[in-house]
Amino acid sequence: MNTSDQYLKVIYLVQQVEDGPASTGRIADMLDVSPASANEMIGKLQERGFADHEKYKGVSLTEEGIVRARDALQTYCIIERFLIEVLEVERFREEAKTLETVIDSTVAERLDTIIDRESQCPSCFAPEADVCELLECDAVESVDSEMAD
Amino acid sequence: MSITRAVGSDHQLARLLQIGMVLEEVVEARAYKHAQSMETEPEAEILALLEDAAEESAEHRTKLESLVDKLEAEPVPFDQIEPLVEAQYGQTKPEDFDGVLYDQLCNEETAYKFYDDVITAIEASETSFSIDRHHLVTVLSGIREEEADGVEEVTTMMESRQ
Repeated sequence: MNTSDQYLKVIYLVQQVEDGPASTGRIADMLDVSPASANEMIGKLQERGFADHEKYKGVSLTEEGIVRARDALQTYCIIERFLIEVLEVERFREEAKTLETVIDSTVAERLDTIIDRESQCPSCFAPEADVCELLECDAVESVDSEMAD
Repeated sequence: MSITRAVGSDHQLARLLQIGMVLEEVVEARAYKHAQSMETEPEAEILALLEDAAEESAEHRTKLESLVDKLEAEPVPFDQIEPLVEAQYGQTKPEDFDGVLYDQLCNEETAYKFYDDVITAIEASETSFSIDRHHLVTVLSGIREEEADGVEEVTTMMESRQ
């Protein structure tokens, strides 16, 4: 997944959590980049018609941006589910986040041919919990219990 | 989360190589399924293509397994992936020979893209891996080259059928 798609995915998720425009600071935090880098990329996304940035308000995705963000989120969901179902990785969220920078959507589509993914994906992704809410496995339970502690 | 497209550890490298093994196993298993599931006997040319694809994927898998072993990670056995392909095949199987060729083209292109991205991420990394970096990149580049040849071969066959 390329850098701009990672930004679009994060903006989409932050907008859902904040129920409005996504703040640049929150976007930068989630991507572990400096606010200056985030601002630069957001400017590029705006130039390409994927996002609107209003000073002091934040970033909102355009319709085209939302489509691309959902595609990127779906790629992430495939990687996450593949790690659990096929490779039985316990720390699947942590690993999915490092792998999504290298795994392209075309590669994810091939991995998708051997996993069970629900048709409503990626709408079933819960942004606050940062995980697909339909995942049922011990690994998810352990993540939930960690969050509760 | 990080947006760096670089492989940062032995663990991440091994995971990517395991994914490569699975991709090869999917190609191999789907090629067998295509050959078995066609309602009419496949043309000799297509049958040969599928056999070559399965054979080449098995060779690539062996090379990747050797790298995974050196990283002291677990390889992904073919008999673990074959039933998963079988289980989902009904929903994704091509309808005719042209569909089989298109599926094969997607396989080759996807594999090429995967190895290209992994090589780029290795080259962008400053991590000192526990296996020789030159050997690693040489093996992966060789596989990538064969995938590029595969794309060309399938494309030529598709064009000749039009």
